[in-house]
Amino acid sequence: MKISREQVQHVAELARLDIRETDLDRFARDLGDILEHAESLGRVDTTDVFPTSHAVEICNAFREDAVAGHLERKDALENAPESEQGSFTVPRVIE
Amino acid sequence: MKQSDLCGLSIHGAQNLLCGREISAAELTEAVLEQIRAKEDDIGAFITVTEEIARRQAQQADEALKSGKAGPLAGIPIAVKDLICTKGVTTTCASRMLADFVPPYDATVMEKLNSSGAVMVGKLNMDEFAMGSSTENSAFKPTRNPWDISRIPGGSSGGSAAAVAADMCLGALGSDTGGSIRQPASHCGVVGVKPTYGRVSRFGLVAFASSLDQIGPLAGDVEDAAIMLSVIAGHDPRDSTSADRPVQDYHSCLSDDITGMTFGIPAEYIGAEGMDPGVRGAFERAAETLTAAGAKCVEISLPHTDQALAAYYLIAPAEASSNLARYDGVKYGFRSREAGGLKEMYNRTRSEGFGPEVKRRILLGTYALSAGYYDAYYKKASQIRTLIQRDFAAAFEKCDIVLSPTAPTPAFEIGEKIDDPMQMYLSDIFTLSANLAGIPGISVPCGFTQNNLPIGLQMMASHYAEDTLFKAAYAYEQAAGIKGRKPGPGNSQGL
Repeated sequence: MKISREQVQHVAELARLDIRETDLDRFARDLGDILEHAESLGRVDTTDVFPTSHAVEICNAFREDAVAGHLERKDALENAPESEQGSFTVPRVIE
Repeated sequence: MKQSDLCGLSIHGAQNLLCGREISAAELTEAVLEQIRAKEDDIGAFITVTEEIARRQAQQADEALKSGKAGPLAGIPIAVKDLICTKGVTTTCASRMLADFVPPYDATVMEKLNSSGAVMVGKLNMDEFAMGSSTENSAFKPTRNPWDISRIPGGSSGGSAAAVAADMCLGALGSDTGGSIRQPASHCGVVGVKPTYGRVSRFGLVAFASSLDQIGPLAGDVEDAAIMLSVIAGHDPRDSTSADRPVQDYHSCLSDDITGMTFGIPAEYIGAEGMDPGVRGAFERAAETLTAAGAKCVEISLPHTDQALAAYYLIAPAEASSNLARYDGVKYGFRSREAGGLKEMYNRTRSEGFGPEVKRRILLGTYALSAGYYDAYYKKASQIRTLIQRDFAAAFEKCDIVLSPTAPTPAFEIGEKIDDPMQMYLSDIFTLSANLAGIPGISVPCGFTQNNLPIGLQMMASHYAEDTLFKAAYAYEQAAGIKGRKPGPGNSQGL
C-alpha cells in the first residue's frame, strides 16, 4: 500500500509531531509496509462480529464517591518543567 | 558458600538459606551488587542501580528474618523494568521524554514487593516505552544477550531477561504487551510469565496499550516465577480493570504429575514461515518429553493466526497514540526549550523527546484512528480480535494448554532487524495472540541451538488458569532436565 509524504505530514500534524523533511520518505515507506500487511484483514468476513476493545469481560467498576489518598500539590508539581504559584506554567496561549 | 556463588542462587534456594540463617540478606545483596559491577559494562541491563536502597532494604530484611516476621521475598534481590513507577527513583521508560522523571508514588506492584521484604537493586533497560522486540530502541543504550554479546536479548523487557540470565538479580519484573516478557525470556534462557489480563494491577505501570499491557515476573525457573507472581497478583481498587478474583498460592500448585493433561499444538503455528530449524527441532522434542511424562499432545487449529499480527499492529499503536498524547511538556517529563508558542512547544517537545520507533507507532495509530480510516483499520482489527478470542475459547474445549515455540528464531544479531520494522514485528508472531485474547502465557527454556543460543517453549492457558500453566510448565521443566545451564566462561561466545 502506498502512503504519500503528504499523508505522513497530515497524520504527524494530528499527532503533534514535526517530521523532518529527510525522514518523510522513510516513514511513508514503513507505514505503507505495515498497512499493506494489514490489508489481509479485509479478506476476513466480520459481518455481525462485535468488536472487542477489552480482553476480559468486566462490567462497570464502581466505587464510593469518597475522598481518598491524593498527591500533595507540591509533589504533583515536582516534575513540572516549569511551575509558578502552585500551578503548571505554559507558554503564552493568547497573543 | 563463597560470596561469588550467592548471586547464582534461585529465589527458592536463597529463601531456604536466608530462613535457616545460613546467609544474610546483606551478604546476598552485596554479592548481587558485585555481580552487577562485574557484568554491567558488557551487558548493559541496568538504567539505574539502586545500591543505597538495596543495602537499606537488605538490612531491614535481616531484622525481619531475625524476628521471624519476614515476608515471602525477604532479602531477595529483585530488579524492575524502568516503566514501573518507583517512588523517589527515576523511571525513564528508556526515553528522553522521561529521562528525569521521578515518580511521586509507587506502582501497586512495588508496594507489594516492598511489603514482601524484597530488595530492589535497580531499574532495567528496555525498548523505549516498551515498543520493540530487541531492546535496541532504548534511548540510552542497547542491552546485550549474556549468551552471546553480539546478539540482542529480545525485548522489550530485554534488560529484565538479561539481568536474570547474568545473575545480576534473582528475579525481575517486566511488562508484556505483545510478548515483551516471554520473547526476551526465550532468548535469554530464563522463565517469563505474562499473567491473565487484570491478574496484576497496572496502577503505576506507564501505559503503552492499556487493553493489552500486563506486568509479570522473569526468573531463573518456574518455581521462582510462581513465587513472584503470588506476591504481585491481586485485585487493586486503583486499577478498575484488575480482576476481583481470588489469587492462588501458585507455588503450592506446582507438581510434576501431568498425567492426563492435554496440550494442543496449533497447526497454523507449526506451518509458520520463517521458523528456524533449531527452534522447530527443540519444540518437537519438547512435545515428545511431555508425552513421555504422561500428557497427551493433540493438533488444534487457531484459524485467525494469520490476521493476529496485523490486528495487533493496528490495535497496539492505536492505543499507544492515545496514551502517549499525555507527553506534552506541561505536567512532567521533557520540554523543548526552543519553542515560542504553546503549539510549537507541544510539537518540538514530542519531536525531540520521542525516538523513531515511538514516532512510527504514534503515526500508525493516529492513522488507524483518523477520520475515514477508523472502520477499515481499528474497528476491523477489533472485530478480528473477537474472532481470535473465539479461536482460543474453542481450542480450550479440546486442550488444557496451547503449546508453541515462544519465538520463531533464537536471538538475532544486534542491528540485524532494526531497519526493517515488519521483520522485527514478526518476532512476536507466536506471543501477541495471548495479549489480544487476554489469556496467560509462560516461556520456559526448552533447549539450545547449535550455536548455544537458548530456545523457549510457550504455554498458554485459559483466563485465570495460571495454576494450570504453572503446573504444566513445572512438570515440563522437571522432565526436560535442562534447568541450571547458564551463560558462563565455558561458553566461548558468552561471558
